[in-house]
Amino acid sequence: MSNNRKVVVLGGTKGMGRAVARQLAERGDSVFLLGRDAEDLQRSAADLRARGAGVVGHARCDLAEPDGFAAALAEADAGLGGFDTVVVTAGLFATQDALEADVERARELLVVDFANTVAFCEHARGRLLARGGGTLCVFSSVAGDRGRKPVILYGAAKAGLSHYLEGLDHKFRGQGLRTICVKPGFVRTGMTEGLKAPPFAGEPDGVAKIVVRAIDRGTPMVYAPGVWGHVMRVIRLLPRFVMRKIGF
Amino acid sequence: MSERESTVAGWGNLPVPGREVVSEDLPAITRGAVLSRGLGRSYGDSSLPPPSRREVVGTRLADRILAWDPATGVLRAEAGFSLWEFNRLFLRRGHFISATPGTQFVSLGGMVAADVHGKGHHKFGTFGAHVRSLKLRVADGTILECGPGREPELFWATVGGMGLTGHILEVECQTQRIPTPWIFAESRRIDDIDEFVAALRTASETWPFCVGWIDCLSRGKRMGRGILDYGRWAEPHEVSRPLPFTRRVALPVQFPSRTINRLTTKAFNFMWYWKHAQRVRRGLRHPDSFFYPLDAVLHWNRIYGRRGFTQYQCVLPGEGSGAARRFLEVLTRRGGASFLCVIKDCGAEGQGMLSFLRPGISIALDVPVRDDTQALVDELNELVIAEGGRIYLAKDAFTRPEHYAAMDPRVANFNSVRDHWDPQRRIRSAQSVRVLGDPP
Repeated sequence: MSNNRKVVVLGGTKGMGRAVARQLAERGDSVFLLGRDAEDLQRSAADLRARGAGVVGHARCDLAEPDGFAAALAEADAGLGGFDTVVVTAGLFATQDALEADVERARELLVVDFANTVAFCEHARGRLLARGGGTLCVFSSVAGDRGRKPVILYGAAKAGLSHYLEGLDHKFRGQGLRTICVKPGFVRTGMTEGLKAPPFAGEPDGVAKIVVRAIDRGTPMVYAPGVWGHVMRVIRLLPRFVMRKIGF
Repeated sequence: MSERESTVAGWGNLPVPGREVVSEDLPAITRGAVLSRGLGRSYGDSSLPPPSRREVVGTRLADRILAWDPATGVLRAEAGFSLWEFNRLFLRRGHFISATPGTQFVSLGGMVAADVHGKGHHKFGTFGAHVRSLKLRVADGTILECGPGREPELFWATVGGMGLTGHILEVECQTQRIPTPWIFAESRRIDDIDEFVAALRTASETWPFCVGWIDCLSRGKRMGRGILDYGRWAEPHEVSRPLPFTRRVALPVQFPSRTINRLTTKAFNFMWYWKHAQRVRRGLRHPDSFFYPLDAVLHWNRIYGRRGFTQYQCVLPGEGSGAARRFLEVLTRRGGASFLCVIKDCGAEGQGMLSFLRPGISIALDVPVRDDTQALVDELNELVIAEGGRIYLAKDAFTRPEHYAAMDPRVANFNSVRDHWDPQRRIRSAQSVRVLGDPP
């Protein structure tokens, strides 16, 4: 197939990012992995190759080190011969209790999940717009939809990110840049391991299917699993006095 | 957060307090861990923590393919890579793992640990025969590579060693080429146990895959009646369409424990037998329905309810059908209601120190847990000892240590390998405490 994508994935070695990268690879897309650990990247690259990916490459890139973003994307561009899609699934997570107990850790999470993620997207946006557009797909979270007790700080970072992504979509879609904001609900991954799973918990493969479809169709915002769209619609409508009472 | 104590269970749904620790990073979570488990398809307590520990490593997120060469068929992957994933990716491209067990929801690590076998055992042996190399974290924390030519003692103790020699991190194995992804199968209705054993032997001589299903409620002249199923890969000229993907249904909730009783079992076995109205049927079969019939219903173990169930699988050496007949006599006398009973003619003994199979007839049956299950297992075990056979640890939850010792003198060799690598028995399971006398 000639219309295979050339995709950069930041965070594609684990969890939902791994599932997305695999589904792209299995249909023959080219994938360039960005992540923190060189050996881990190499192993994931081998996995994608075996699954039928076109070109596969990898380079080091850490969301905590914004100085490296430009170089990493340049390397990906060279490796893929010009990418047309960027997927960002990386990010930090910690429970609200853990973050409340450690202000420095909270600050670090806010920087990585919001400021640095936006900075990475800005670099990617620049490269995509320069060639007439492309797709930028970023994992935000249902946690950003409303201030909620269990995810105040994490949710605040994701709220900012969702806001940014919506703005990008409004401003640049006309110039060919399709921005996709993915809002996963609770998904069983290594990141949520040990947390009690609520009803409607999803699996990475199911999420990846929704994400790949959104990338292909250019859907500006998707919930995954889809049922979380309905859950959050209800949550957004709840009056404050109810939100104060419940633990969700 | 809920304070209710979490539990972990094998496929038979007999839980113990504990939880699974999972991560993509297997080397990190196996450090100091007591045991690793894959997809939890062993029936009894093989994959459960010993009483003094709560956490076991779950390998299911460590599921990457590390090397794959379609030309040679050599695959290397992390231990949590599943057979289901292998088949999904490679079956249609002409590759198969011939020593496939009866479910594809197993991990490579688990396949090594139980040295699994399947319908092709008489021709392809157990999975261990196709393993080229393992990466293993042994009890002192060292990570090393072993294989038939490298640390062979440790390797052959690990094949079939129920995960007790170390944490399996990576598996390298040889896969086989197949002409098409379809099976050409025949099945035959069989009237009694003598005919069954003879027919199994005959079919095994010409067919690479072969297994039988016995109605183990029928007695007297009809004892051991059932359906014999055998097949081979179809040739390209016999096949006219691509292999579809199988849809699966799931049992959403646990059924009441009384669901499986004499009446339902009898009805099911009757239907299963007479569904096969013609004496012989032949034609193309989907490999999912041929190799993994029960995988069509996800969580099928829930049908046994809260009390759970166990499997009893033994191998009985000997030429004729005498041993199998004596086994069925004990079973039917005790009214051992089993939904499905599987019978197979086995090939050579696996090379693993504790590999289960040896030449003879293997019989496997589901046993719902009731008040007298222990007594039933004891009696069957005594018969198996008298016949010179042994049981399959991957299915066992009830065998007494003295019975196991009497069945398998090879344990002494296995223990001496463990004495060398793990004298303190830092790696152990609920089963090794129960059966091998490891410290709790």
